[in-house]
Amino acid sequence: MIPQKDLIVVTSAPHLHSPDNVPTAMRDVLIALTPALLAALYFFRLPALLVILVCVISAYAAEIVCLKIMKRESPTRESSAIITGLLLAFCLPPSLPLWMAVLGTLFAIVVAKHLFGGLGQNIFNPALIGRAFLLASFPVAMTNWTNPLDGLTTASPLGIMKEAGGEVLPPLGEIFLGSVSGSIGETSALALLLGGAYLLYRRQIDWRIPGTFLGTVFLLTAVIGGIKGEGLWYPVYHLCAGGLLLGAFFMATDWVTSPVTKLGRILFGIGCGLLVVLIRTKGGYPEGVAYSILLMNVVTPLLDRYTKARVFGRVKSHA
Amino acid sequence: MNLKNEFTKGIVRENPLFRLLLGMCPALAVTTSVNNGLGMGVAVTGVLLASNIVVSSMRKIIPPGVRIPAFIVIIATFVTITDMLMHAFTPALYTSLGIFIPLIVVNCIILGRAESFASRNTLLPSVIDALGMGIGFTLALVVVSAVREVLGAGTFFGLQLLPENIPALIMILPPGGFIALGCLLGLMNKFQKKTA
Repeated sequence: MIPQKDLIVVTSAPHLHSPDNVPTAMRDVLIALTPALLAALYFFRLPALLVILVCVISAYAAEIVCLKIMKRESPTRESSAIITGLLLAFCLPPSLPLWMAVLGTLFAIVVAKHLFGGLGQNIFNPALIGRAFLLASFPVAMTNWTNPLDGLTTASPLGIMKEAGGEVLPPLGEIFLGSVSGSIGETSALALLLGGAYLLYRRQIDWRIPGTFLGTVFLLTAVIGGIKGEGLWYPVYHLCAGGLLLGAFFMATDWVTSPVTKLGRILFGIGCGLLVVLIRTKGGYPEGVAYSILLMNVVTPLLDRYTKARVFGRVKSHA
Repeated sequence: MNLKNEFTKGIVRENPLFRLLLGMCPALAVTTSVNNGLGMGVAVTGVLLASNIVVSSMRKIIPPGVRIPAFIVIIATFVTITDMLMHAFTPALYTSLGIFIPLIVVNCIILGRAESFASRNTLLPSVIDALGMGIGFTLALVVVSAVREVLGAGTFFGLQLLPENIPALIMILPPGGFIALGCLLGLMNKFQKKTA
């Protein structure tokens, strides 16, 4: 009897082999999230640390229990759940009661991920579903922002922009570095750009989604800013404030819930950008990144179907 | 024909909501509180009972070609009566159920029982069938609305169970209806597979 590993595997072309697999991809995402994590800990200190720990631990525990109950194997040794927990914590306010954070994480892992079939089968980004669930359930606790410098309760920059009155907008420099009120991991544009650049460099994400997403938001807000006579700071402010960079680099690019075709990805990014600007300028919420990505997740299968590449050598039938 | 069997089938084995997946529209829309769920269940049971009685006794004189319009006219009559009765005697419930009372006309359970049972059976089995199906539907609505009211408002029949800031508001919003119904259907399937 020949040992299994000595047999030559005969397959058809292409005979490509890549060292990349799910665990290395998850490791890259974790590395890319590190700058934002450090910025969050620096600006929001202990409350942020507690929310992050609680989310990550409960995500890990929920994943293990779900895998066991549903008798599923995980190719990622649960690291995908850690990322879901971390991403969810990044889009929660640091002052959120911890039991709410646990509830949101459980909803993300159990309902949004495992009830839909587990890793690779979920229609929606689990972390964003967790956030949407919490925002619909506890609207007051989820919009209680604190300023990291003085610890006072304040509106988020986009909230101030929307209400147009009362509080003064924080300057662009603070928005870029992250010393403003907001969700735990979304305030520091610099840290998120570093992480995004790393993912692009490692080719874990395709430039098409964040590129068209951010580009659409920039163009539209530049036009709106131009009409309002605000000048160039206005679109830049829209890019750096709120959860846009976090969403564009880490959530819209989720491999499971975004299109696989190139054209599909471009359309996906444009759609996300359009919806974000629409919600931010016309909608009831000051911020709309989470909902815009969730809405585009819904049409991902359609985008994939209608942008399928033509098989080489085949002629379009003239029926 | 076993009358006891006709009665119990509507409650568990062929529960209109959990097994036949009929009447989903009211099951999602009005189950925000046990009070509403129970009210809707009783209203549907009343209309179902009356329409089954009339359809069953008129089954020989309704021409098969126009039976569906005839059933709808019979059902609409009783829905109108129910609508007026509720408006007169339970104004609070009438207001909170709103458009879903007249919509009982198009409830698939009632038309389904008229078509598949009352129009083919004699009076007594039709009455038993209507009672079983109606009670089964009412129980299902109460279960769904109890889950949603306790989790979403922290109350049961208006009694405060959970402290003020605990309940997750989403459960009494539309998404909560889909989540609660979906999870209950999944549990019912698992439970039924084991006993079957």
